[in-house]
Amino acid sequence: MENLQLVLPEILISIIIMFLLIFGVYKKNSSSLVYNLSTLGLVLILAVVINLDSNVEISLFNNSYSVDNLSRFMKILLILSGIFVMLSSTKYIQINKINKIEYPILILCSILGMMVMISSNDLIVFYIGLELQSLALYVLASFNRDNILSTESGLKYFVLSALSSGLLLYGCSLIYGFSETTNFFEILKNTKDAQYGLTFGIVFILVGLAFKISAVPFHMWAPDVYQGSPTSVTLFFALLPKIAALTIFIRFLYIPFFELIDQWQMIIIFLSIASMIFGAVAAIGQKNLKRLIAYSSISHMGYALAGLSTGTVQGAHSSITYMTIYLVMNLAFFSCLFMLKRNEKYFESIEDLSGLSKNHPLLSLALLAILFSLAGIPPLAGFFAKFYIFLAVINEKMYFLAVVGLLATVVAAFYYLRIIKIIYFDPEKEKYETKHNLGLKFTLVISTLFIIAYFIYPSGVIEMISQININ
Amino acid sequence: MNFPILSSLILLPTIGALFIFFVRSSNKQYQSSKYVALFITVANFILSIYLWFVFDKSTVEFQFVEDREWIVGFVNYKVGVDGISILFILLSTFITPICVITVNYTVKKRLKDFLIAILILETFMIGVFCSLDLVVFYLFFEAGLIPMFLIIGIWGGERRVYSAFKFFLYTLLGSVLMLIAIISIYWITGTTDVEKLYELGIDQKYQNLLWLAFFSSFAVKTPMWPVHTWLPDAHVEAPTAGSVLLAAVLLKMAGYGFIRFSLGLFPAASEYFVPLIYTLSLIAIIYTSLVALMQEDMKKLIAYSSVAHMGFVTLGIFTLTQQGIEGSIFQMISHGFVSAALFLTVGVVYDRHHTRLISKYGGLVSIMPKYAIVFMVFALGSLGLPGTSGFVGEFLILMGAFKKNILVATIASLGVILGAAYMLWLYKRIVFGKIIHDDLRNMIDLKRFEIITLGLLVIPILFFGFYPEPLINSIETSVGNILDVNYFNQTKNLALGK
Repeated sequence: MENLQLVLPEILISIIIMFLLIFGVYKKNSSSLVYNLSTLGLVLILAVVINLDSNVEISLFNNSYSVDNLSRFMKILLILSGIFVMLSSTKYIQINKINKIEYPILILCSILGMMVMISSNDLIVFYIGLELQSLALYVLASFNRDNILSTESGLKYFVLSALSSGLLLYGCSLIYGFSETTNFFEILKNTKDAQYGLTFGIVFILVGLAFKISAVPFHMWAPDVYQGSPTSVTLFFALLPKIAALTIFIRFLYIPFFELIDQWQMIIIFLSIASMIFGAVAAIGQKNLKRLIAYSSISHMGYALAGLSTGTVQGAHSSITYMTIYLVMNLAFFSCLFMLKRNEKYFESIEDLSGLSKNHPLLSLALLAILFSLAGIPPLAGFFAKFYIFLAVINEKMYFLAVVGLLATVVAAFYYLRIIKIIYFDPEKEKYETKHNLGLKFTLVISTLFIIAYFIYPSGVIEMISQININ
Repeated sequence: MNFPILSSLILLPTIGALFIFFVRSSNKQYQSSKYVALFITVANFILSIYLWFVFDKSTVEFQFVEDREWIVGFVNYKVGVDGISILFILLSTFITPICVITVNYTVKKRLKDFLIAILILETFMIGVFCSLDLVVFYLFFEAGLIPMFLIIGIWGGERRVYSAFKFFLYTLLGSVLMLIAIISIYWITGTTDVEKLYELGIDQKYQNLLWLAFFSSFAVKTPMWPVHTWLPDAHVEAPTAGSVLLAAVLLKMAGYGFIRFSLGLFPAASEYFVPLIYTLSLIAIIYTSLVALMQEDMKKLIAYSSVAHMGFVTLGIFTLTQQGIEGSIFQMISHGFVSAALFLTVGVVYDRHHTRLISKYGGLVSIMPKYAIVFMVFALGSLGLPGTSGFVGEFLILMGAFKKNILVATIASLGVILGAAYMLWLYKRIVFGKIIHDDLRNMIDLKRFEIITLGLLVIPILFFGFYPEPLINSIETSVGNILDVNYFNQTKNLALGK
C-alpha cells in the first residue's frame, strides 16, 4: 500500500479521465466544463507530484516503475507544460470548433501515457506508456476532422509512428532475447560485453526514440504534422512528447545501455549533428510559422541530444536544462501565435507578422525576446541553454560537435532574424485583435519574463536540475 | 568603497530605458523621453568622470572590483577597472549623450524606441569594458548585437536589411568560436575569472588554438582585413547616431579585447602570431586606404578609413612594446572622437541635402563657413596632423613598430600618407572649389545643437593633441603591467633602451 502512494499521481489522473469521460457523455454541452475540470485536475496532480517526498528514490512493482528525482522533475515539467497548454489554447479551440469533450480527455490520456513512460524501468512498461500517449496523439493530430490538412497530418503521424513503434518493439525483443530480461537494471547487469544482437537492439530502440523526438533522419513527419494539426495540438506536440521522449532517452542510455556507450555514442552524435544542421538549413525557406517552428524544434532536439551524447551526468543535466528552457521558449512563441487573431480567424504565415511592431509594440517586443532567445543570443535564456550543453560537450573534448553546433546556431540565427526583420523592418498590415483571454496573457507574460530575466538568477534552474540523480 | 559604482554605471542606462518604456509620454513626438535619455546619459558621464577622478593611477590592481556569485560555483559576476578600461568607459559615456542630442533631427520615426535601443546599447558597452570574467564579457559582447541590429535595421537607409543581417551574422560567426575557447579555458584552468587567469596562466600547448578562437571574434569586430566587409555596409546604412556609436565605441571592443585577453591570457601565442597580425594590419592599412581613395560615398570613405585606422591599432598592440600598446589605446580613443565627429559632419550635410555622394557637393566653404572649419579640424585629426589627438596615437604606434621591425614600420608610414591623401581629397571635393550644384546654395550653416555636438568633439581632439598626458598617465602603469607579467620583460627593456 505504501507503494501506491508513490504512484498516486498516475492513479489520480486515471480516475479523473474516467470520471470526466462519463461526466461528459451524460451531461450535455459540457465541453468547456470538462475542459476546465481537466485543467483543474492537472493542477491537482501537479500539487500531488510536488508533494511527493523528494528523498525517495525507489523502484516499484518488481523494479519496473521508478519514482526518483528524474521522474519527479520531468513530471512536474510535463504537467506544468500541460497546464499552460490548456490555459493558452482555450479560445483557440472554441473558435476552431474543436471544443469537444474528447479533446481534454485525450490530452489527459496522453499525459498519463507520458507519465508512465517517464517512470518506466522496464521495456514492457515503457512500451505501454509509449503506445498510450501515441494513440491519444494520433487522434489529437486529426482532431479538426473537417480540415484536410489536419486529417492528413493525423494519418501521416499514425502510419509513420506505427512503423517506428514496430521498430522499437523489434528492438525491445532483441534486447530481451540477448539479455534474457526486460528490466532495465537486469539488462545493465547482463550486457557487460557487446553482442551483435544487442547492438542491433539498441539501434532499433534509438531509431524509434529518435522518431518520437523528431531527430534527423527520422523527422519527416514533424513539419507536416506541425503545420496540419490545430495550433493548440501543435503546441502540445512541440512540448510534452519531447519531455517524455527525452526522459526515456536518458533512462535507456544511462541505465540499461550505460556499459555499451561505445555502441551508441556515435549514433547519438550523428543524430545530433544531423538534426542541428538540417533543422537550421531547412527552416530558412519556410513561410508558415508552424512549419518553421517544426524545423526549429528539430534543430533544438539536436542540441539536447548533443548533451546526452557525452554520456556523462553533466551532459544529461545540461540536456534537461536545455529542454526546460526550450519548453518555455516554445510556449511563449505559441502564445504569440495564438494572439494573431482577427475576425475569428488565426494567422500563421510569416508574412502576417509584417510590421507587427507598429501596431502591437508589446507583442513584438515579446517576440523579439523569444526569437533572439531561440537563436541563443545572450543575455536571454536560450543562450544559457546552449551554454550548458557546450559546457558539457567541451568537457568531454568533443570539439567537433561543439564547433558544428555553434556554427549551426549562426545559420539558425539567420531565419530567426528574418522573422524579426519582418516584424520590425517591414511595412505594417492590418491590426490584430487586442483582447485575449486571461490564461493566454498569463502564459505569455510568465514565459517571456522567464526568458528575459533568466540571466539575473541563472543558478536557480541549474541547482534544481543538478539534484537529479542519473544512474 | 562599498558603493557599487561600476554596476551603477552599467545599470543606469537600462533603468532609464525601462523608465522611457513604461512611462507614457504626453506629447506625440516623445520629446520628453529625449530629455530623460539625455539626463540619464549625462548623469552616467558625470558618474564616470567621478570614477576617473577617484581612480588611483599608480597601482596596477583592478579597482572598484565587485565580485558577486552569479552562476553558483561556476561564474561570478565580476567587474572592475584598470587604467585601460576606464578610458573606454569614459569614451562610451561621452559619446552616448552626443548621440542622444543628435537624434532630434536625424531620427524621424519611433524616437522612443530608438532612445531605448541606444540606452540598452550603452549598458552593454560599459559592461564589456569593465567585465573581469570571460563569460560576463562574452555576454555583454554578444548582447550588444541585438540593439545595434535593430538600430541599423529599423532606422537605417535603403539597404538596411542586408547590412543589418551582414553585421549580425559576421559578428556572431566570429564570436561563437570565442565561446568555445572560453568554455575550454574553464575546463583547462577551472575558472573564467580574468584576474585568476592572469595569475594561473594557461598551458602553452593550448594557447595557439585558444588565441585563434579569440582572434576570430576580435578580427571580425575590429574589423581586420579580410573580414572587414560588413563595416562599410553597416556604416553606410546605419542612422547617424548608429554609425557614431558603431565607429566610436563598438569597434573599440575588439581592440580592448586584444589587449585584455589575447595579450593578457595568451602571451606565448601572441608572440607567435605577431607576423600574422603584422601582415593583416599592413594589408588593412594600405589596401583599405587605397579603397577609401576610390569611394564616391562619404560614409563609405570614412568607414574604410576606420578599417585603416584599426589596422594601425592592431599593429601597435602586437608590436608588444610599451609605446606601441599605449599608442594603440590612444589611437582608439582618438579615433573614437574623430570618427564620431566625421560621421556627424556627414550627417549634417546628409540631413540637408539627402545624399552622401561626394560628387553632389562642392564649394561648401562659401555657404557653410562654420561647417568648413569644424570639418577641417576633424579631417586633420583623422589624418594625424601634429596638434590633434590622431597624431599622438599614430606616432607612438610607429615608434613602437620601428623598434621591432623597420620594414613594417616603413610600410605603415606609407599608410599615413595615403590617409592624408584620401582625407584631404575628400575635404577638397566637398568644401573647396566652386559651387557647381545650384541646389546647394540654400543650405544653411550649422544649427545650434550641431555646434554643441561637434564643438564637444573638437575639444578633446585638440586638447589631447596638445596635452596627451592625462590619457598616457592613466594607461601607462596598466600597459606596463601587462607587458611585465606576461614575460615580455625582454621586449620592454628593449623598448626602454635598457
